Amino acid sequence: MKYLNFTLFLFFISNISCAQENYPPIETPEKIKYTYEKVIEDIDVAWGLDFINSKEFLITEKSGQLFKISNNTMTEISGLPEVYVRGQGGLLDVALHPNFRENNIIFLTLSSIIGDGDGGNTALYSAELNENSLHNLKLLYKAFPNSKKGQHFGSRIVFDDKNHLFFSIGDRGNRDVNPQDITIDGGKIYRLNLDGSIPNDNPFINESSAKKAIYSYGHRNPQGMAVHPRTGKIWVNEHGPRGGDEINVIEKGKNYGWPKITYGINYSGTTITDKRSMPGMEQPFYYWIPSIAPSGMTFLTSNKYKGWKNSLFVGSLKFEYLERLVIKNNKVIKREKILDKIGRVRDVNQGPDGYLYINVDGKGVLKIIPNK
Amino acid sequence: MKIFFLAYFIFISYLFNIIQKEKSFEQSISDGKMIYEDFCIQCHLNNGEGIEGVYPPLNKSDYLLENIDKSIYSIKYGLKGEIIVNGIKYNGVMINQGLEDDEIADVMNYITNSWDNNLNIQITEKRVNELKK
Repeated sequence: MKYLNFTLFLFFISNISCAQENYPPIETPEKIKYTYEKVIEDIDVAWGLDFINSKEFLITEKSGQLFKISNNTMTEISGLPEVYVRGQGGLLDVALHPNFRENNIIFLTLSSIIGDGDGGNTALYSAELNENSLHNLKLLYKAFPNSKKGQHFGSRIVFDDKNHLFFSIGDRGNRDVNPQDITIDGGKIYRLNLDGSIPNDNPFINESSAKKAIYSYGHRNPQGMAVHPRTGKIWVNEHGPRGGDEINVIEKGKNYGWPKITYGINYSGTTITDKRSMPGMEQPFYYWIPSIAPSGMTFLTSNKYKGWKNSLFVGSLKFEYLERLVIKNNKVIKREKILDKIGRVRDVNQGPDGYLYINVDGKGVLKIIPNK
Repeated sequence: MKIFFLAYFIFISYLFNIIQKEKSFEQSISDGKMIYEDFCIQCHLNNGEGIEGVYPPLNKSDYLLENIDKSIYSIKYGLKGEIIVNGIKYNGVMINQGLEDDEIADVMNYITNSWDNNLNIQITEKRVNELKK
């Protein structure tokens, strides 16, 4: 009986610890020191955004349209490749080439039906933007195999300061096959040169059957990516299953463990694995329990908001706020809700003017304005 | 006699094949479960409970069960703007998931006949197909 009680006690403790919010708890600020204004409204799911200058930006609509916004007027860009709209797939991220001013090149990620097999998978394109149309469209990468699954296309695009492009592809709903196998796509972070060629110091360049563009693997669905302003490292946030969304700091050739290790469980409540760590697999920098469904991410480098400089901002699709994370000594020490109940936050970016802009489903693009 | 049985067998399986073209209700519900777990569960959750004020429930949802065509239409073309479900306001966006007509019929059959829902009327691919924008 004594043992039974003890076992029951352990059982309860383990249950409580599973359900408990991972430290630090999310806070609602006592005083709201900011408001917002609408920058553009007529767009349902503004998936990705990149600034041309402080008055102009490009924005993707998931259903397959690209827009240029100049002084609050919206113009559709023509000449896009065919977009496979299915589940979480569609037109995803947009990013300006680091030398956009000279070459007018932009990059797009989207789901595409190119190649054999039913369904689609994530593709990366480059194109020149001339006035309001795309020219010289180039397919730089297409993931395989195609699949009719609706999940986990990724994708975000960022650049390091050594002329590399990084982008992400999720596990495409095939978690037991894709993320741990470097000979197939999905569940990976990729690194390419800006012309789409493969850098000759990529980690799997000498493994004959590997996809040579892979930079790291064992990911579930990374939909937020940012370059750390001081270290230059690639930071990623990825959707976990129920519980277990993660922030990972990406290192070359490393395995981030999905689905062999995770802090989450299936949506249905059943377990995926009880392993949270294994040798040869990276631990997340931070994990969310409960899941917030993290979308875009950015580090704030401007002084526009008092006390917010160097905070990490992550959109929450599930709880419909922007999350501010304060990082100190390599740890998340504070989490705070910004614009609670604003709607599903898809992406967050710092504009050339230093202000934060967020994309919210059904609302368009909002600019966060500190109170005077 | 042998030949007669063989011919009979072929005839019956042929007939069966024709009848099978319209999926059985049970098959449609079980295929719908796969679609639900692929495309819907992230927001409407495992038992169709949704999140109050954010994602409307499907289980015991008056909106769903009293507006079948409107619900089919929303899955097919998306839904935006204010709706009231079981007395609670929702003002979100559900985007078109790119599902094919037979998949929409299946997932509708699943959500209207699961958990506490028991509509018991099969929604056919034809019905989905006939709803135009």
